[in-house]
Amino acid sequence: MRTVIFRTIAPYLAALMVLFSIFVLLRGHNEPGGGFIGGLIAASAFAIYGIGCGVAAVRRAITFHPMSIAAAGLFLGGVSGLPSLFTGQPFMTSQWWYVHMLGVEVPLSTPLFFDIGVYLVVVGAITSIALGLEERESD
Amino acid sequence: MSITGPEATFAAVLAPFAAAAIAPFATRLLGANAAWPLALVPAAIFLFFAGLVPEVAGGASFAPAVDWVPAYGVSFSFYVDGLSTLFALLISGIGTFIILYAGGYLKGHPHQGRFLSFLFLFMGAMLGLVLGNDLITLFIFWELTSITSFLLIGFDHLRAASRRAALQALVVTGGGGLLLLAGFLMIIALTGVTDMATLLAGGDILREQALYPLVLLLVLGGAFTKSAQFPFHFWLPNAMEAPTPVSAFLHSATMVKAGVYLLMRMHPVLGDTALWTTILPIFGGITLLVGTLLAVRQTDLKLMLAYTTVASLGLLVMLTGTSWDKAIEGAVLYLLAHSLFKGALFMVAGTIDHEAGTRDVTRLGGLRGAMPITFAAACLAALSMSGLPPFVGFIAKEYLYDGIWGASGAHLTITAVAVIGNALMLVIAAAVALKPFLGPKVETPKHAHEGPVLLYAGPVALSLAGLAAAVMAHATGVYFISPVVSSVLGTATVVDVHLVPGYIGAALILSLITVALGIVLYLKLDVLRAQMQRLLAAIGWGPDKGFDQVIAGLVSFSGSFTRLVQGGRLDVYMTLTFLVTALALLVPLTLTGNWPSAVPMPDLRFYEWGILAIAVSGLIAVLIAKTRLTAIVSLGIQGFAVAVIFMLFGAPDLSFTQFMVETLSVVILALVMTRLNLRPRDHRPLVPRVVQGTIALGVGVGLAALLMRVTELPFDRSLSDFFETYSRTIAHGRNIVNVILVDFRGFDTFGEIAVVMLAGLCVLALIRVRPKHAREEAFDRAAGDEALQKSGEARL
Repeated sequence: MRTVIFRTIAPYLAALMVLFSIFVLLRGHNEPGGGFIGGLIAASAFAIYGIGCGVAAVRRAITFHPMSIAAAGLFLGGVSGLPSLFTGQPFMTSQWWYVHMLGVEVPLSTPLFFDIGVYLVVVGAITSIALGLEERESD
Repeated sequence: MSITGPEATFAAVLAPFAAAAIAPFATRLLGANAAWPLALVPAAIFLFFAGLVPEVAGGASFAPAVDWVPAYGVSFSFYVDGLSTLFALLISGIGTFIILYAGGYLKGHPHQGRFLSFLFLFMGAMLGLVLGNDLITLFIFWELTSITSFLLIGFDHLRAASRRAALQALVVTGGGGLLLLAGFLMIIALTGVTDMATLLAGGDILREQALYPLVLLLVLGGAFTKSAQFPFHFWLPNAMEAPTPVSAFLHSATMVKAGVYLLMRMHPVLGDTALWTTILPIFGGITLLVGTLLAVRQTDLKLMLAYTTVASLGLLVMLTGTSWDKAIEGAVLYLLAHSLFKGALFMVAGTIDHEAGTRDVTRLGGLRGAMPITFAAACLAALSMSGLPPFVGFIAKEYLYDGIWGASGAHLTITAVAVIGNALMLVIAAAVALKPFLGPKVETPKHAHEGPVLLYAGPVALSLAGLAAAVMAHATGVYFISPVVSSVLGTATVVDVHLVPGYIGAALILSLITVALGIVLYLKLDVLRAQMQRLLAAIGWGPDKGFDQVIAGLVSFSGSFTRLVQGGRLDVYMTLTFLVTALALLVPLTLTGNWPSAVPMPDLRFYEWGILAIAVSGLIAVLIAKTRLTAIVSLGIQGFAVAVIFMLFGAPDLSFTQFMVETLSVVILALVMTRLNLRPRDHRPLVPRVVQGTIALGVGVGLAALLMRVTELPFDRSLSDFFETYSRTIAHGRNIVNVILVDFRGFDTFGEIAVVMLAGLCVLALIRVRPKHAREEAFDRAAGDEALQKSGEARL
């Protein structure tokens, strides 16, 4: 598996895939995409990076334990349902804010954060499985 | 939420929970002195309820409520009347001193903050329990007391005895709690009433039900386990493993009274039936006798007190069970007296243990000079416990004797049980309060001296309260006893309490007999103790041992059952799983005659045929693949073909996801295969090949048939129309699939990602499971590395 070509190309490929996954995640509300599919793309990116350059390199690159990333995602997903409670609406009613940044109107919403939560859970859970399997001498 | 008036009950119940959050930080900041500011919380609660007393004594009751789960008629509501006010006063009043005492008792303990936090959690739970109006609210606080008591008993979690006692208490009281829940649900189902106040106003609403006996038994199951009635009494003495503040608070003054509280609370609707007046006096009476006799055997101060607590609870249940007005007056007085003197005596026992280093009564003596204040408090409390004037314990005993003797004269058994029980109680009171202090000075493990003010404030205050309640007997009667008796009897009752007996009657004579019998027995205490120990050794078995046997049996049963169901062979699991799937698909299709009708050959374009051909060739490749890895990769061909089909038919999201899932599953399957150390080729004998092939075909045919049948049915467009119409207008998104996932059905997705996360955790755990010997090798290697590293550091 670890040919020179693959080893050389894997980091660039993985970086591009992660970038693409974020693009897919963010455009999901209007175009094909979303947190789940974005998460799958990012997870495959890490899997490829791991196969090419070793699990240790992936773990260094993502800093946190993948399970912690998944947990953070689940937490974010839960928290994103709370703002509606302050306006007296049921849990998880979507809230929208239109923020002007650098002259552009950016729509922010609780479903966006929820989708980011989904993304993180999928990335975290699948990456941790893939890395766990790739590591031969894990403990 | 207002902070005055009955509405503030919410604030009063929630305040301890807030204090529980603050306690660890306060302790880190102030050390043991944090107890002073923290004790202000229960003190404020006490003052709040004390402020309600005049109104409650005037016959008023409040039921503040907020909706909780209105769909099921569940509300978060409280009921403030005579009974609950007395209990709330006891909990917050004794709680104030317990917090102070815990400050002194665990001074310097690294987890003192955590301990105080647990105590506050318990206090809040207990307040909620006695004030709970809605049955579900009440039940939840009931369970919270079991859980917090588990945390407190197991506080010293490094000792196996603590852990066992905590678990035992949780299993017994939690199990009883489940019975109680069943009882409450039956009450709700039978009557449609969900709150105590309405239920109490309903009169015979429960007694006239055909299922009344079952309801009663379920409620008794909850009450008897919580209040440690025989044969469930064993957890209470074991709970003495907890630090003494816990024993003084939970296991004498408050939590164990929850069962008695429930019986008293429900007496107007459940009581005064043949069943009630049979079961309760029998179990209460046995508990009283067993408790006092077992107490005599003990030499440990705390255990002696614990068994007399069991006995006192038995006495209360017995009196409540008679349903005689006078006996219930006695029970209410005794309840008040017991909380005061037993709380004080437990704290005294803890102080002796803390300052002298032992609480074995045979190794203590002559401490009166070293600990005069504690001695004084012990004497006052013990006199009340012995039922001697001028203490509230005396009044209680007068009233209860009067109640059981005067009822119909013939209840000699109950009277005899009460007299013997009370005499033995006097023996224990004397043993606890006199033995350690009188006589010649005995060398103790620690050099004994008076404890700090944090330690003696509680015993002194509680024992003096016992005296004050008796001296101001009239006020006690008007403000506390009459409202409570009215609650328990369900009709307004005025009890005229006075310290000096109005006439020389049976009660006084019985009292004299009790005292005389008690003194005789106290002088023969050593003989009595030896006799009891011999008797118990002869019996050899008790419910405590039975508990261990039940638990051990349960563990071994579940072990053998698991081994039976999960043999550990992956091929068996897989075969069974797919067999069940095949049957679940095929059997209903056949039985209901829902096989799809013959489908005409579809009219496809040439490229669509091409894709189908790729999918089929992928499947053929799986079947003829030489190695497992080739088979896995070939499976991916079919998956990609399906993804392309999705794309062609206008489902880009689905297709996208299918591509990724297919890629990842091939990668992960391949990785799994490399770890499993299987032979690269898969050779199976003919018979399993045929059997497994048949099962696989069954699943495939079944699923295909089901899908075809589903597509034959008329399609209901209402959901699609809804999403198409509103996805843009309500959810501001054009991608319907995504909008459904994150907005319309966001809650489902939330559940799903939780499942994804859990599945990830489980897989991770499974990957890391290794055979035991491999684990040990890894451990040895790690230990070796560490040793090497250390020696390396040493060399440097």
